[in-house]
Amino acid sequence: MPTIIFSQSDQSATEIEVSEGTTLMRAAVSNGVAGIVGECGGQAMCATCHVYVDPEFSAELDEIGEDEEEMLDCTTAARTEYSRLGCQVKMSAKLARIRVSVPNEQV
Amino acid sequence: MGAINERVVIIGGGQAGIQLADSLRAQGYQGEISIVDDDRALPYQRPPLSKDFLTQGPAPEPLPLRAASFFAEQNIELRSGLTVLSVDTVRRSVALSDGSTLGYAHLVFATGARNRQLACPGAELPGVLGLRTLADAQQLQQALGRARQVVVIGAGFIGLEFAAAARARGLAVTVLEFAQRPMGRAVSTCLSDWFAQTHRDNGIDLRLGEGVREIRATGNSLVVGSSTGDEYDADLVVYGIGVLPNIELAQASGIHTENGITVDAALRTSAAGVYAIGDCAWFPNAFSGSRTRLESVQNATDQAKALAEVIATGSGEYAALPWFWSTQGALRLQIAGLAHPEDTPLVLGEMRAGKYSVALFRKGVLTAVESVNSPADHIAARKLLASRTEITPAMLREPGSTLKELAKRAVLIGA
Repeated sequence: MPTIIFSQSDQSATEIEVSEGTTLMRAAVSNGVAGIVGECGGQAMCATCHVYVDPEFSAELDEIGEDEEEMLDCTTAARTEYSRLGCQVKMSAKLARIRVSVPNEQV
Repeated sequence: MGAINERVVIIGGGQAGIQLADSLRAQGYQGEISIVDDDRALPYQRPPLSKDFLTQGPAPEPLPLRAASFFAEQNIELRSGLTVLSVDTVRRSVALSDGSTLGYAHLVFATGARNRQLACPGAELPGVLGLRTLADAQQLQQALGRARQVVVIGAGFIGLEFAAAARARGLAVTVLEFAQRPMGRAVSTCLSDWFAQTHRDNGIDLRLGEGVREIRATGNSLVVGSSTGDEYDADLVVYGIGVLPNIELAQASGIHTENGITVDAALRTSAAGVYAIGDCAWFPNAFSGSRTRLESVQNATDQAKALAEVIATGSGEYAALPWFWSTQGALRLQIAGLAHPEDTPLVLGEMRAGKYSVALFRKGVLTAVESVNSPADHIAARKLLASRTEITPAMLREPGSTLKELAKRAVLIGA
């Protein structure tokens, strides 16, 4: 099963192993990763599961959908070219050991 | 904050109860926190139950409100599968269904609401289901795997979310709604009409002005008789005809209730040290100017945060902007503010393209915005309404004007 590494601004990190198809948001919420809220339950409606994906994995990610695109403009922490909504990124073998940073603010 | 030996007892492990426990600790509250929850499952998010949960694979997992480890880490006692039998507001203690009692300094009703039950003949037949809890959703998910035709009773948010999910699985879906419009109490007329048409275009047989009269069993299937005398075959009947607030325990404890447990702006009930938050609270709404009861994640979460401040610091009020969402198949509806049937609508964007917002005005000022597949409009509307920026129809009619631009400008001038 692929592993996700969530890193926080204080340099601490949490490694979580999940089955393929699990979203970054679900993995974080189910395992108590600080700073990922997921208030809308994964509908790309609240932008409270904003993460920055390590550039190394940019090419492996699915394209940003229309809904996600709009919500990424509404995140509390500034959007960068590495911003994604955790609820829209599903884990797969090619994302194994993906590293994502959790922003300081979500709401 | 909070003497070590004092205790907050929270009745209910839903969105409001769990958020309150979390926010109390975030506020530095050091007393004991006990949550009494009648559900046996690890507290979970309800909104996905009528959406993703029904369309995912064969054994969907609920999305927890917090990780299982959260409760021990935060020193929060979670007593699952138990009910509160009685409250002694004088001695400040509650009696639980396992025979134990808990003393409290602060008692919080986060008891939520329950489904209004169907009252027609046949309502108790197997294959007639409601949807509120995880157990309901699991039962429904299984039934969906075998069903071919479904009758949904009630075209509110839950009924339509379920209908769209069932339709997406390829089932024949009929929706009976005794009112003339779907979601009639919650949205503007133009939005309601557009949703009715769009659901019909997607193959849902939406019957307005038609209630259920009776349900009969015929062999392995069901027949739903409607108020117009029509009959519909079904192998599954799902009802979503509104909810009733869980106020009986508060009533029996001598606490004042109306259409919910009556609270003031600081979420305090009529009994000292007793509060109510979430679906069960009948509170003075800072935006509508009248008392109301709201069933939403926003209301539960923000009231919990406000109450945590009240308990931990002794001051604070609830004054957050109400907002809602509903996912009905590919339709993503988000509402900011409280709409009123008499409000004047202004459509922003193209309804035909399925991506637009309805701005609603009262006495010439923006009071609510309903957005369809337009999350940026919704977020901008929340900023504008929460900051009480005065937006007129003329401002939105200016060429090139959008809610997003207006929200940016409002931030710049520090509104």
